[in-house]
Amino acid sequence: MTNGWTDIRNADVILAMGGNPAENHPVGFRFVMEAKRERNAKLVSVDPRFNRTAAVADSFTQIRAGSDIAFLAGLMNYALSHDRYQAEYVRLYTNATFLVKDGYAFNEQEGVFSGWDAQKNTYDKSTWNYELDEKGFAKVDPQMEHPRSVFQLMKKFYARYTPEMVSQVCGCKPADFEKAAEIITSTYTPERVGTILYALGWTHHSFSVQLIHAAAMLQMLLGNIGCAGGGLNALRGHANIQGGTDCGMAYHNLPGYIAIQKADHGSLQQYLDAVTPKPLRPNSMNFWANTDRFVVSQFKAYYGKAATKENEFGYGWHPKLPQTATGGYENWSWAYIFDHMCNRQMEGFMSFGMNPVANGPHSKKVVDALEHLKWLVVAENFETETAAFWKPEILELIGRKPSDVATEVFLLPAANFAEKDGSFTNSARWMQWKWKAVDPPGEAKADQEIIARIFLKIRELYQKEGGTAPAPVENLNWWYSNPAKPSLEEVAREINGWAIADLHDEHAATVKEREAVVLKAGQQVGKFLDLRADGSTLCGNWLYVGSYTEAGNLMMRRSTADPSGMGRYSEWSFNWPANRRVMYNRCSADAEGRPWDAARPVIRWNGEKWVGDVPDYKADSPPDALMGAFIMLPEGAGRFFVPGQYAEGPFTEHYEPAESPVANPLHPAHSSNPMVKHFQTEWDKLGKPDEFPIVCTTYRLTEHFHYWTKNNPYNMQLQPEFFVEVSEELAHEKGIGNGDKVRVTSARGAIEGKAMVTKRIKPMMVAGKKVYQIGFPIHWGFLGRGQQKGTLANLVTPTIVDPNSFAPEYKGFLVKLEKV
Amino acid sequence: MTPTRRSFLKLGTGAAAASALGFDLTPAYAQARELKIARTTETRSTCPYCSVSCGVIIHTLGDKSKNVRPAVVHVEGDPDHPINQGSLCPKGVTLKQDIINDRRLTHVRYRAPGSDHWEEKPWDWAIDRIAHLFKETRDRTLRQLDAQGRTINALTSIGVIGGCTDANENNYLLVKAFRAGLGVIPLEQQARI
Repeated sequence: MTNGWTDIRNADVILAMGGNPAENHPVGFRFVMEAKRERNAKLVSVDPRFNRTAAVADSFTQIRAGSDIAFLAGLMNYALSHDRYQAEYVRLYTNATFLVKDGYAFNEQEGVFSGWDAQKNTYDKSTWNYELDEKGFAKVDPQMEHPRSVFQLMKKFYARYTPEMVSQVCGCKPADFEKAAEIITSTYTPERVGTILYALGWTHHSFSVQLIHAAAMLQMLLGNIGCAGGGLNALRGHANIQGGTDCGMAYHNLPGYIAIQKADHGSLQQYLDAVTPKPLRPNSMNFWANTDRFVVSQFKAYYGKAATKENEFGYGWHPKLPQTATGGYENWSWAYIFDHMCNRQMEGFMSFGMNPVANGPHSKKVVDALEHLKWLVVAENFETETAAFWKPEILELIGRKPSDVATEVFLLPAANFAEKDGSFTNSARWMQWKWKAVDPPGEAKADQEIIARIFLKIRELYQKEGGTAPAPVENLNWWYSNPAKPSLEEVAREINGWAIADLHDEHAATVKEREAVVLKAGQQVGKFLDLRADGSTLCGNWLYVGSYTEAGNLMMRRSTADPSGMGRYSEWSFNWPANRRVMYNRCSADAEGRPWDAARPVIRWNGEKWVGDVPDYKADSPPDALMGAFIMLPEGAGRFFVPGQYAEGPFTEHYEPAESPVANPLHPAHSSNPMVKHFQTEWDKLGKPDEFPIVCTTYRLTEHFHYWTKNNPYNMQLQPEFFVEVSEELAHEKGIGNGDKVRVTSARGAIEGKAMVTKRIKPMMVAGKKVYQIGFPIHWGFLGRGQQKGTLANLVTPTIVDPNSFAPEYKGFLVKLEKV
Repeated sequence: MTPTRRSFLKLGTGAAAASALGFDLTPAYAQARELKIARTTETRSTCPYCSVSCGVIIHTLGDKSKNVRPAVVHVEGDPDHPINQGSLCPKGVTLKQDIINDRRLTHVRYRAPGSDHWEEKPWDWAIDRIAHLFKETRDRTLRQLDAQGRTINALTSIGVIGGCTDANENNYLLVKAFRAGLGVIPLEQQARI
């Protein structure tokens, strides 16, 4: 979330799309209801189903699963063509004024951008860039009139998305789209603010990153980013999925969103040069220029005293991402891991609190993958389908039996949330400490102890008998008071970081000032730029600097004071980055630093400094210095046009899901995302609409959490079994009655359960064709209480993933439906 | 005399000390009415389900005496928490069952190659066996150099997933031990899917 749960109360318009917060984030949804009650805010729901959010919305539009980009593109076109965008905001804070390189183009008939190589099915992205001056800075036209200005290109690009085209793609009526568009774009004035709440309904597509980019573009056009009650707010699905992402639990990132070193980054300097951006505008802050401080301090945290200037702080010990034969980099993201496993490229696997047989795409492929392992370790609260994949009823999915499977499996009993302390980072980036309430049951152990004991035992073996590349294992800085059970408070101190040597003011004017110590050796660092690139500081994750300072563990703070009066609660827990509650908040004020809306200030310039929330800006940089409101971007401006970063284009274009009932009405030649790569195992099958004509989507219920609560009696009583939501029309056509048993089959597999015949999903006309949608919740499987019956939702989902985020397409795939 | 409702109530309260039983029932009633959370220890925690991260209070009994294992008797929303202000959803109100549940794992289980059942094993045995398997795989398959002879120290034959269900500090320990220490490249979590 750019903003936060408690900030939603400040919104005038709330667009809930790609998520169903009333169902899945019900307590956070209180602030939507508060905005409706206290501010007369309007709630707009756009979804394939009339869901629990729609039930309390002021406007509901049903769209086909997988058509969201067309809807958002239509909104952008509506705003641009009806003069309903905040022109001054767009001019000041975005790259709408930037000029794009000559040669950039989009072929509207073919649906591809310049640089498309039809033979290799890939892009040469060299034209997807700004026109630079001789100093390497992007050229701009403040009037946004130049035909190659981002603004003009964008206006032309989205002109194709008329209400009629939106209707063709999404299946809603043009008039219904226009009604929703009128409400949503009403926030284009400086005194009105709208927010967007989205969740997995947007991330589970083969074009998910572009979809979220479209939403960011819309919010920038309307002047809603950075303002109280605005922003683009991802409602994440797990208590600490945000923290896991922040802490580098991803094959491509180190903690703090620093790209992992690659095979061709031979030295630390080469690596730093590759990952540190150069400024693209003369005054931009380009905060990532400090990457060297973050990287070196992280290596000091990893390798401690063994990390020296001479050995590049242990740079050579850390693994590098290998290159492929064709010059790209190997992909080890989730779906690729299981693909590599199927292809016998892996031997061992460890899963801490994860259940890939249930939660990963295509359960059968995952079971087959696990069967290829020599050993599997699972640390869990409950027995899961992953730990028990070798049991006859699960192996039967792939036609095997236990005696066929040689995998050694260890199921380690682990403590749960109540049985250990530590911090969770919620969607609003609040890092909240929790305290341990009880010991784990029986012989169950806390994860920190399981991780530490396994690591220390391996280290002991290296010390005893030697082995391959022992240096990183032996030199890892395992400094904890109790090495076999690290105190999470100690780990939290390391993540924040401390000074190893006395630190001096780097920018002191006089020798005397330079001699003064600003932070003594051993003291916790307090701000990002306390970190040094010379090895005199240590920090596990620069993003979390400020969470555990000399003032103590700020994640434990529990002050309910709200001096802002707007729900910022600045002394409740710690809010990364730098305790900032609203990100990009420079945009909440005008060119002179005055809040666009005096009644809803986030920060303002008082003549000397920025006051209010922690500014997302250099605190003493006056507005007329024109630093650029997006300090993390080298151009300092929000990106409508994204130079070179995404796989499939600099602007967001609608592509059909990999399995679609129709060809893309905009450009049938490139119907689905041209940059999607297909896996090649026997499991990776796609269905065609003649055999699988129905669009299917998956979702959660408020009474269950993922695949955990199927072990709890109350939750199972509330929602006892798997069911399929079917429209009255489709049920009638198939002779299905409410409660009848039905089978849903895709090209991958089948799942059976009761039909719930409902008015909540209606058939729709898409590109002149009548299309049915069905949907079902995900919460059951093989193990748990009550009626599980092997109803894993992912038995039918495809292994198609987005080419940027590598998230699977769980929403909008094709199935057929039969009465059993 | 037929007592009116008013006089009956008066009897029931003011005259309780002189009840027909001959002894005073008041303290016994008070004891029965005491809530089960009156003598608990309250621990502040965070709901482990969705990312709203509601504050919860976990009530435990028995933690004040030696040799008594404290037990969770109640979990409720934290009224001081600015987000949930005491409220919880249908999942949050059943959190006690996530903690006290006869399906919880309490011992190490092991499945031998080709076997169709679990065996119970001691922790030390399991840690030792896992460490040997890990080291054997790493020693044999670590990609110290790539095809072009460049140092990469990449271990891609072992994968590690986890973290979104656990604290930041445990996520960091996973990254530190398995990637920075042991060289694991396939390190992922729920955020991808």
